[in-house]
Amino acid sequence: MIRTSGLVKRYGDVAALDGLDLVVPKGTILGLLGPNGAGKTTAVRILTTLLEPDSGSAEVAGMDVIADPDQVREHIGLSGQNAAVDEHLTGFENLDMVGRLYHLGKTKSRDRARELLDLFELDEAGDRPTKTYSGGMRRRLDLAAALVAAPEVLFLDEPTTGLDPRSRVVMWGAIRDLVKDGATVLLTTQYMEEADQLADDIVVIDHGKMIAHGTADELKTQLGGERIEIVVGQPSDIELARSILAELCLGEVQVNEQSRHLTGAVDGGTSVLQEVLRRIDATDVTLLDVGLRRPTLDDVFLTLTGHIAEETTDEDAGGDHETGRALIKEEEVV
Amino acid sequence: MTTLAHTLGDGAVVAKRNLIKIKRVSELLLWTTMSPIMFVLLFGYIFGSSINIPGTSYREFLIAGIFAQTVVFGATFTGAGMAEDMKKGIIDRFRSLPMARSAVLVGRTASDIAYNSISLVVMSLTGLLIGWSINTNVIEALGGYLLLLLFAYAISWVMAYVGMLVSSPEAINNASFMVIFPMTFIANTFVPINNFPSVLRTVAEWNPVSSLAQAVREAFGNTSPSMYETDAWSLHNPIIYTLIWIAILLVVFVPLSVRQYQRAASRT
Repeated sequence: MIRTSGLVKRYGDVAALDGLDLVVPKGTILGLLGPNGAGKTTAVRILTTLLEPDSGSAEVAGMDVIADPDQVREHIGLSGQNAAVDEHLTGFENLDMVGRLYHLGKTKSRDRARELLDLFELDEAGDRPTKTYSGGMRRRLDLAAALVAAPEVLFLDEPTTGLDPRSRVVMWGAIRDLVKDGATVLLTTQYMEEADQLADDIVVIDHGKMIAHGTADELKTQLGGERIEIVVGQPSDIELARSILAELCLGEVQVNEQSRHLTGAVDGGTSVLQEVLRRIDATDVTLLDVGLRRPTLDDVFLTLTGHIAEETTDEDAGGDHETGRALIKEEEVV
Repeated sequence: MTTLAHTLGDGAVVAKRNLIKIKRVSELLLWTTMSPIMFVLLFGYIFGSSINIPGTSYREFLIAGIFAQTVVFGATFTGAGMAEDMKKGIIDRFRSLPMARSAVLVGRTASDIAYNSISLVVMSLTGLLIGWSINTNVIEALGGYLLLLLFAYAISWVMAYVGMLVSSPEAINNASFMVIFPMTFIANTFVPINNFPSVLRTVAEWNPVSSLAQAVREAFGNTSPSMYETDAWSLHNPIIYTLIWIAILLVVFVPLSVRQYQRAASRT
């Protein structure tokens, strides 16, 4: 459904895309994962005909995006990073306008607008100008706008960046439902959990290049080993806990000073966990949480690129994002 | 659907969106109506008290000039609207839809005709209250209004182009102030040009804003013989000269703007 080959886009000396090859089969979700500036948005802009590549080729729904941009536009829906809705129009007026511009006709545009407002639980807010909407409501409306013409191929560019955890879960549900109906989706994200939750197939990119490809499970297996994760009570506990983990874990121990999370890769599973607990018990370190888990995509990314994706996260994701991660992490801890 | 019908249909959808904004943002509508009233009163009473136009009253002379100035300034609105759209993500949405390539521009410039029409109605009513009158017939007067709107429409395309080049909606106000202010003042809009220094006088004579004001004065019957004390062809044939300018501006800036629109990426 989507196929690119050797896509290159340069801005001056910087290659936003440096020979990207992607294949997304019909009815699947591809997660394009990478930190800010990795080239995710550039790839989406090329595939949605907003930008021409310097070289390479791209096909969407069987049509060439460079040669037939008009045809491609008939078959795609785009939901971007910045909720692209008109703040002075109501939710209904926004969707109705998009329907008219897809040439659905007057009646069909209106019906479809109401239908989508219902679907995204915006029916009550549907007749209010969207500037009164919360961030999550705007994102939902933006996603609804991408669905107006029930397109075969959907491009979702960081659909949940900056959303609070609850809105994010709502968005995830909406995206899953779409694919059930047969849509093909290219989803970009800098959240590992998001790709893990939604994508059939994941392409990790950095500096415009693919650095890994596979299902979430395959990517995790590539790294092998489980992760032991502990949370200590006091900042002063971190150093001692780190040294204990370092003796028992393979490779380096990752420390998040703020959340007082320590993570290390282990080989022996539960026996190592028991040993860690025994040793910590012999010290004054307060243990808030402990767990053994399979590697997350965070770990995958760290291993592949040598840096954590989120350290380059833009400011606006900020606080919400941190909480979101903490919540989801807790669920993953065994 | 043919390409033209397609463009007009999509343009109408975009125009409707812009008009809803004028309706919802009440301070915009207030500005649209208040500033022309202010101009008419300010110039009518302040300049009117000291400027003498042989053969007619200053207020009769003034109205066409204010009309010309106001509709030209109205184009700033077009430029600011385009600049704002480009800054927001909405332009990406438009560009990813199977709509006509020029529809955003067609819709924007069309909705600004409505904006200018509101200004003209308000100014006309104010003018009538302070002693301006139309001394011709309905047909000729309508012709005058039509010419004003056509000229404004052409300038809108210029400003739409500028609006896509600048980095922010605020920049457009400065840019237009630097160009539109002299353009509407070095003209016969507010004072007769007969006593201008020679270079300025030549500029004013061939300034299309002058020919527009002159043509509108003719249409309303607000002329006096002193307005024709010039050798400039433009002021003896103001309608044709203004139409030529309208045609040139549209021929140059419609394709230029459409091309710029297609190239411009959202700046966010």
